[in-house]
Amino acid sequence: MRLRLGLLLLGLLAAGGIAAPWVAAWLGQDPFAPDLFNRFAPASPANPLGTDDLGRDVLLRLLQGARVSLAVGLATALAATLLGTAIGLLAAWRGGLVDALLMRLADGMLALPALPVLVVLAAADTGRIGLPRGEPTSDILRIVAILSVFGWVGVARLARAAALSVLARDYVRAARALGAGEARVLARHVLPNIAGPVAIAAALTVAGAILAESTLSFLGLGIAPPAASWGNMLANAQDLVFSAPWVAVWPGLAILAAVAGCTLVADGLRR
Amino acid sequence: MIRLLAARLVQIAVTLALLSFAMFLLIGLMPGDPIDLALAGDPRLTAEDAARMRALHGLDQPLATRYLAWSGAVLRGEVGYSRLFAQPVAQIIGPALLSTLVLLGAAVAVSALVGLSLGALAAMRPRFAPFADAVAILGQSAPSFWLGILLIIVFAVTLGWLPAGGSAEEGGLAALPYLVLPVATLALANLAGYARHSAAELTQVLQAPWITAARARGAPEGRILVHHAAPNAAVPVLQVAALDAGSLVGGALITETLFARPGMGKLIYDAVMGNDTNLALVALLLVALVTMLATLAADLAQRALDPRLA
Repeated sequence: MRLRLGLLLLGLLAAGGIAAPWVAAWLGQDPFAPDLFNRFAPASPANPLGTDDLGRDVLLRLLQGARVSLAVGLATALAATLLGTAIGLLAAWRGGLVDALLMRLADGMLALPALPVLVVLAAADTGRIGLPRGEPTSDILRIVAILSVFGWVGVARLARAAALSVLARDYVRAARALGAGEARVLARHVLPNIAGPVAIAAALTVAGAILAESTLSFLGLGIAPPAASWGNMLANAQDLVFSAPWVAVWPGLAILAAVAGCTLVADGLRR
Repeated sequence: MIRLLAARLVQIAVTLALLSFAMFLLIGLMPGDPIDLALAGDPRLTAEDAARMRALHGLDQPLATRYLAWSGAVLRGEVGYSRLFAQPVAQIIGPALLSTLVLLGAAVAVSALVGLSLGALAAMRPRFAPFADAVAILGQSAPSFWLGILLIIVFAVTLGWLPAGGSAEEGGLAALPYLVLPVATLALANLAGYARHSAAELTQVLQAPWITAARARGAPEGRILVHHAAPNAAVPVLQVAALDAGSLVGGALITETLFARPGMGKLIYDAVMGNDTNLALVALLLVALVTMLATLAADLAQRALDPRLA
């Protein structure tokens, strides 16, 4: 029930993001071109959700934002899951000093206030290493990279705990007794059996990444305009609370739906 | 207990050292050193002036040398000056930390009160459980800056009951209205953890044999909840409080920026945006230290409550 509801929410958002160019063509509007004669237009057949402070169609920007936010969420979860599973497996398999060092590192990162650190990380100048700022693709890469710095921790802890219990099972001992190499034991026996907890951690990582991206974009440190992201659509909503309060509603609802969708999926997987 | 405390303090020190080094390197990569900014502000400065000033402030040294000099000074308690505010960093940070601690303390109190009540309601009256669950999921999923904007629109713009941001000139009761919306924003985002975990723990504890025994003796439900169930459910809930310390501080950065409340979060944001390297680093390290100490305190409280953990 929860799993289905979550997948439905995410599916709708993903479908909207994929359909963005066709919706734009059908409405005959450009989500990036300002139209200053048409600012804050109310909802109408041409602009189903009205227009923003530069006269751009809100619905089209929401759909563009879905592409960016979901791409950031999924890419971060992919990177964090790969890295986290590898680290968790390594810690559980090697044990001893490696385990202690990796898990103390994870504890340390978990205790840190992530957002202030992310704010400092996001403000670093990537231009000096050849990633220009302000271009959508490099902005997305930059955000995914800095979110992965924190994202692996949750995955690694869950993967380690699950791998520890699997490594103590009889079938692992049996596989070793049959002469299976360690690589085979890890790949064929441990990895498939920790997929459940890792999937839950991955779903939660998507939720966290979408929230963090929107927060950084809201603060002006994430995806830079004119590219649309749900966070940066809200960036000037605060200045407009007196003149156009309705501008703030839709992007926030979109973030809420995406994050709640991921949380529901994680909850559903857990049961 | 003593060994645990010592081990955790060493861990905190190592984390801070690693964090400060990583951040120092990264801020070294940020655009514009202070001399560039001085050059932009005063067109009469020549290239020789810039070179002389860089040598004077040690900015021509390699990054590692600068890090050692800076961290040595910080360890001696010399945290230097803020370029942005033209004041000693120590003077700026004191009031900011106090303001943030007031905000966070109030937010923790409100979210624990509301969250634990929701959890208790869900555990005692199962038909309300879906409601508590929905509130928790929504609170967890809504971005707090959006919640804040909605609260501003409803209570400051439409109803006009509360100020949309800023802080009071004088302390005391006059400061209270400025605190309501930021605390509400933070608490809404934070109560989910309390509600979900206390509901899960209480539901489990309420099925324990000693609860049945208490009911059989005729103890009223309220007494069972407070005296028999709550102490047993408190330990895992404290764990949530410890784990949430970091995200709470992150929430403070958002609410302080959103409501223009002077505090550590806004200070870090302003320092980062204004290229005030030293202030950003010192404030970040202080916030990290306070967060980790709070987590440690919650862990110790957990152990004090549950002898099995000690």
